[in-house]
Amino acid sequence: MVESRLTRVLLRLGAGLTLAFMYLPLVVVALYAFNRNVTLAWPIERYSTRWFSEAWQDQDVRDALWLSFRAALGATLVALVLGSLAAMAVSRYRFFGREVVSFAVILPIALPGIISGLALQATILDVLSPLGISFGLTTIVIGHATFCVVVVYNNVVARMRRTAGSLDEASADLGADSWQTFRHVMFPQLRTALLAGGLLAFALSFDEVVVTTFTSGAQETLPIWIVGAITRPADLPIVNVVALFVIVVSIVPVYFASRLAGGAGLTSDRPPRGAVAAEIQAP
Amino acid sequence: MSGSRSRLARWAVAGLIVGALSIVAAGCGGGDDDGGGDWQVAGLGSSLEEIQELAREEGEVNLVQWENYAQLTDEFRAATGCTVNTKNGGSSDEMITLIQTGEYDGVSASGNASVRLMTTGDVSPINDELVPNYADVQEGIKNQDYNSRDGEPYGVPHGRGPNYLMYRTDEVPEDTTSWNVIWDDAELEKYDGKISIYDDSIFIADAALWLKATQPELEIDDPYQLNQEQFDAAVALLKKQAPFVGEYWPGTPATQIAAYTNGDSVVGTTWPYQYLQLTNADPAVPVAAVKPEEGTTGWSDTWMIYSDAQNPNCMYLWMDHMISPEAQAAVAEGFGEAPVNLEACDLTENPDHCEQFHADDESWWDDVYYWTTPVADCGDDDDSTTCVTQEDWKTAWTEIRG
Amino acid sequence: MSSVSAREAPPREPPGRRLSTFLFRHPRVRLALLLGLPVAWMAVVYLGSLVVLLLSSFWDIDPFTGDVVREFTLDNFRRIVETPVYREVAWRTVQMAALVTVACAVLAFPIAYYMARVASRRTRNLLVVAIILPLWASYVVKILAWRTILSDGGIVNWALEPLGRSFDGYSTVGLWLTFTYLWLPYMVLPVYAGLERIPESLLEASADLGARSSRTFVRVTLPLAFPAVVAGSIFTFSLTLGDFIAPRLITSEQFIGTVIYSTYGEALPIAAAYSVVPIAVIVLYLVVARRLRAFESL
Repeated sequence: MVESRLTRVLLRLGAGLTLAFMYLPLVVVALYAFNRNVTLAWPIERYSTRWFSEAWQDQDVRDALWLSFRAALGATLVALVLGSLAAMAVSRYRFFGREVVSFAVILPIALPGIISGLALQATILDVLSPLGISFGLTTIVIGHATFCVVVVYNNVVARMRRTAGSLDEASADLGADSWQTFRHVMFPQLRTALLAGGLLAFALSFDEVVVTTFTSGAQETLPIWIVGAITRPADLPIVNVVALFVIVVSIVPVYFASRLAGGAGLTSDRPPRGAVAAEIQAP
Repeated sequence: MSGSRSRLARWAVAGLIVGALSIVAAGCGGGDDDGGGDWQVAGLGSSLEEIQELAREEGEVNLVQWENYAQLTDEFRAATGCTVNTKNGGSSDEMITLIQTGEYDGVSASGNASVRLMTTGDVSPINDELVPNYADVQEGIKNQDYNSRDGEPYGVPHGRGPNYLMYRTDEVPEDTTSWNVIWDDAELEKYDGKISIYDDSIFIADAALWLKATQPELEIDDPYQLNQEQFDAAVALLKKQAPFVGEYWPGTPATQIAAYTNGDSVVGTTWPYQYLQLTNADPAVPVAAVKPEEGTTGWSDTWMIYSDAQNPNCMYLWMDHMISPEAQAAVAEGFGEAPVNLEACDLTENPDHCEQFHADDESWWDDVYYWTTPVADCGDDDDSTTCVTQEDWKTAWTEIRG
Repeated sequence: MSSVSAREAPPREPPGRRLSTFLFRHPRVRLALLLGLPVAWMAVVYLGSLVVLLLSSFWDIDPFTGDVVREFTLDNFRRIVETPVYREVAWRTVQMAALVTVACAVLAFPIAYYMARVASRRTRNLLVVAIILPLWASYVVKILAWRTILSDGGIVNWALEPLGRSFDGYSTVGLWLTFTYLWLPYMVLPVYAGLERIPESLLEASADLGARSSRTFVRVTLPLAFPAVVAGSIFTFSLTLGDFIAPRLITSEQFIGTVIYSTYGEALPIAAAYSVVPIAVIVLYLVVARRLRAFESL
């Protein structure tokens, strides 16, 4: 090792501080969820779990939670389909516009959410509403799926880069038709990548707020509810409980996704770069 | 395969497709002006009994409102079977955007929203025979510019109130009765960083009001209909004030309440609701709220029904409910405004509420200029006058905020 | 030999088989099937919407009804260019994005370096997961957390009280802290990946040639890690540039995102015209980043 002892100690310290910085606010939120008082004063005087039951009984919170869940599920499914289709096309074929596809898939997540949101809202108002698709779960799913595609896409592309196309050809040579090839050869290889991508897409959709403000109309997903409740002091204690819940729900799928993806980008054995960065795209 | 020609061809095709789609998309949709003059909203019953029946089937009503406007919703649900879902708007602009999504049945519109909504046809007039309590509404509020068109009433009045000058009595002299505390150079210096102003373009009218009192040569009459010269003067005044403003409070009262409680803000404009909250807090915050001698802006709000409301029957019942004496009393005391159904005055917990809030004193409201929409033709009958439009107010406000 | 008569046709294959044979022989059709749905979605739903939005920046507002009128005009762009406030707000946003990027880079480097070069394999894996997890802990929750921490009764002011000072969290500084916190993981990961790629042998060679570790760091490590930093900065910069929720909740100053948000209801063409600004800035940034070889570090 090239670095001096002192450097290493300092680095360890720096890393520890940065980690503390990263986790402190989350710990604070968790603590406030157990705060008996309504105010934001620190230090917390008394602890209580009363807000948990109040949050559970709040109909607005329950409705928002249910909506967020359904939207995330829908968006994940759509993203899985679209993402894997596009990824398979890009990985196994050479065609003009290959780079364009990658670019187009990334665009929704690369552009500021407000622009995507505005654009989609105008489309919903002018094109979809007259066709009968008005603001609601469908439009929320449309908005979310559009930028969730990239997460699945990148995972599948990365995985397919590591699997040989020759396997598919061999399978065909052995007499399997397309469907059998897919079922018995491709899908098992892709399975964990799809699962990882799906979990990430779920977390991404569950957490999204910017585009959703424009595509949800009157409906409130959980993050939208949180944004509204932040400025209402009466709801503040419940917000902290909801926030803690959201943290847990967001983190768990990601943790499992990282275990599943295993080599697909999160450990040190030569992860495909695109997968690493793209997996962590913006909410 | 490739070759630059087919490459070009493909790009051309792609471009054509995107272009065609966008033209199609652009051509579709457009303005929502449909039969704005007809009270017959689709699905509305034609008699009171029918309305009540249909309302039970609808089961809910979705409203856009100023925070805390909807009152006695549990009683309403028990009586009619309609669950009340509300969405708070922080400004009239926000409320217009919300109602135009088509997801709501009605809105508590101030004048700077109602005029626009009536013009675009997003709201429908009402058939006042189907709203029994409408007869009890004060005559002075009915058939105004902001709640009627061509003699037809659009919606039911909700209540009215002034925008107060509110100040902490421990920082600002108690006998303050003029707006000069937020406009004069010396006063601005004194309260630098502690001035609290409503963050909305409609506040330009408050500047115009000050100019009306202090610069009569500008000949400002209606602070909402300003010609270019008057408008520029108002904007200049606001730009002068901007560096001294500590807080431009958004339409959620909680922010301003917190600021006054902490002493971060000591003087500024407010709604009666914040004043009530501050004086009723524990411990009470020492504030005073006055209508200054120059007059003030204010609002007279109306519950209007969306033209394509999905629950029109519940909405009609809601409108009737909100001008019932019970609801009016609840609103008047909850928000701190003057009810429009004077029968509520007997029901308020504070027997002097109506008196204190000047519900029956029309002359008190003479120098309260209700929010309304700046329109290009100045809203008068004089064809030669042109006024600065809402859009320009909006963009000017962005400039003022800096 | 075979008893199959020459005139008997071979048994018909099941339709599924025939379909897949057909597909096998016509890769273009396969491709079209694969790509059709995603492309249709992205092109029609997303790109089409974007194009319409950008088109509306050339339209006008009817002064009487306030509706959007589809008449071509350059007034919106003229206003954006000529009125000082739009330039000031854009500049303020770019500055904030730059400051956030710098803060993220400074904070990210130690831990990324530690993970890449010093930590044991096991620690490294744990740390990677530890970095990624907060990333997914809800954006709005993090803003809420910082509002709480920075509020008047919150932790920061509580800590500063004995020192007799106070901190107004509702300010640009508070916003800068919040942004830095929000996007930090986006910077750590690419920098970590970039540092990891530097061959140990290069650093050893530098040491062999007599350089002290600080010199090695400055002359060898940093330049090699620079593209990775730029890659991370793409995220921190563009995410800050367009954000409007954090500014609305933490400060009352105007930023590009808040201006667009407050304008789009009443004056959509101006909001659309103004949204060209962040798009242009981001595209420019991407072009520069590509030049600096940041894409290879992604």
